[in-house]
Amino acid sequence: MTTPPPVPLTDRRPRKGRSLGARLWRNPMARIGMIISAVVVLAAIFGPLLAAYDPVAIKLADRFQGPSRIHLMGADHLGRDIFTRVLYGARISLQVGIVSVALGTLIGLILGALAGYVGGRADTVIMAVMDAIYAFPAILLALVLVAVFKPGLATVMTAIAIVRIPIFARTVRASVLAEREKEYVAASRSVGQREVLLLAKHILPNIMAPLIVVTTTYFATAIVVEASLSFLGLGVPPPAASWGTMLNDGRKFMESAPHTVIFPGIAISLTVLGFNLLGDGLRDVLDPRLKNLL
Amino acid sequence: MDTMTWEPSQVLAYLIRRSLTLLPIMLLMSIIVFALIRMVPGDPIDVMYGSEGMDQIRREALTQELGLDQPIFIQYGRWLWRAVRGDLGNSYRAGMPVLRLIGQRLPATLLLSFAALFLSLLIALPLGLLAAVKRNSGADIGAMIFAILGISMPNFWSGILFVLVFAVWLGWLPSIGYVSPFQDFFKSLRHLILPAITLGWSLAGTTTRLARSSLLEELGKDYVRTARGKGLRERTVLLTHALRNALIPTVTMIGLQLGFLLGGTVVVETVFAWPGVGLLVVDSIFARDYPVVQGVVLVIAVLVVAINLLVDVIYTVLDPRIRLG
Repeated sequence: MTTPPPVPLTDRRPRKGRSLGARLWRNPMARIGMIISAVVVLAAIFGPLLAAYDPVAIKLADRFQGPSRIHLMGADHLGRDIFTRVLYGARISLQVGIVSVALGTLIGLILGALAGYVGGRADTVIMAVMDAIYAFPAILLALVLVAVFKPGLATVMTAIAIVRIPIFARTVRASVLAEREKEYVAASRSVGQREVLLLAKHILPNIMAPLIVVTTTYFATAIVVEASLSFLGLGVPPPAASWGTMLNDGRKFMESAPHTVIFPGIAISLTVLGFNLLGDGLRDVLDPRLKNLL
Repeated sequence: MDTMTWEPSQVLAYLIRRSLTLLPIMLLMSIIVFALIRMVPGDPIDVMYGSEGMDQIRREALTQELGLDQPIFIQYGRWLWRAVRGDLGNSYRAGMPVLRLIGQRLPATLLLSFAALFLSLLIALPLGLLAAVKRNSGADIGAMIFAILGISMPNFWSGILFVLVFAVWLGWLPSIGYVSPFQDFFKSLRHLILPAITLGWSLAGTTTRLARSSLLEELGKDYVRTARGKGLRERTVLLTHALRNALIPTVTMIGLQLGFLLGGTVVVETVFAWPGVGLLVVDSIFARDYPVVQGVVLVIAVLVVAINLLVDVIYTVLDPRIRLG
């Protein structure tokens, strides 16, 4: 399988004297990314306080109402307030992003570190399995995983995590391989430091930079995959207000009620844009050499 | 490293050698596909044949025929042997062999994928070139906004938006459906435009950014300064020197994106009711027609590996700096 060679990238921690946040803020695109991401996070946290309606309450009298002062983004085919559902949708998207990326990172970290540090047969077997998973188009594999197991939020998050494990494992392995040859590792080993402790205490903190960049970039991808699965009717089951489900519902009526697709679509695109810009900014600050690979 | 050209026999030997290294990966992939469907809850015969209510004698005969009473690795071996010979089972919804069903649907998917790839290159390469040459200008910013929007807008959303604007509001193009180019070429083209743009835009986004950054990197190198220093026209420096080298990483990445493109067809075909394998797999999931799901996943995965191998070989043969190791 030919995949882009992961570049071992270490020692790219920010210079001292200026915080990561401040350095990101100086980059105009990253600044936009930070602002959008912050708005989405705030919407997810404070959504229930801002929303005037119940996201799943059906009110047929309000069906397809256009945007107005009563319904800021209009109402859908069941008379549900779209603004409320967009706010609640941010919760689902972020939840999926956080859990699936955390799960994928954790497993990828363990497998990648094991492969890179132990080497030999373990490395060959782990990376062959990673290559095999990576060969499947992510959306297709996630789709089949969700279809095979019980549909629901937990399955969606697990499926997205699984299809992303190879990328995290590769990044960690490449970095561990580069790091383990360094003098400080040999020095620690010579004073009798145990291997596991060496890995946890010294090597892992040094490979955090590439890992942070990869996790931010794939956070946005995780949100897109969840929305795609829900759009196909195989993601978060209704009546939950997933943006993908809202678009799937709305597209049947888009000729007469285009607002039912426009607002959820803008919400997904802006969120993904925000995290993509933030990921690009982090990459430029932490790890410029990843530029051509992500 | 010395430059040389390759004899066809050398290329073939390299191709075979590379294919052999891929064998373990392909085997692992087949295990994943086999295991996936085996994880579906319920009796495998019901899962594979949709046979609830089948009489006991027929059920036992099938159990023996499929080797379901055998250990799991023997079952896998039999399944793999049948798959290698092109027997992917039968679709109980369409009542025909899965491979024939996939064969009927694959041309539409390939047409869409290659049209999307073609469109994305048509847009991305000149745009990346313009952005790099006019760095930090309005054109550069515009190109980067185009690229980041393409990357950030999910396919199904941009697809819906295109349908809304170009089919529903302006009425210029059909909103859904497929016409074979052999049946009516121009009608086929009209149906192809929106899905191909939808699928191609995200790819164009990645390619524009990569073309720009690769070209900027090349323009900063010594050989470009030398070329300029000896009085070559800027146009020559750009097109015959820098661009050629900048294209190498770009083309490689495009090859690697083909898997992404085939995955993207699942969503885009659903939006546009495009009768390819992407729509087939989604429909089959809802109909619980698991032999088809299994077959499509296997065929697409093999296709992705084969395309990547091909890109790798072409790239190796074209780039004289790389030896056929």
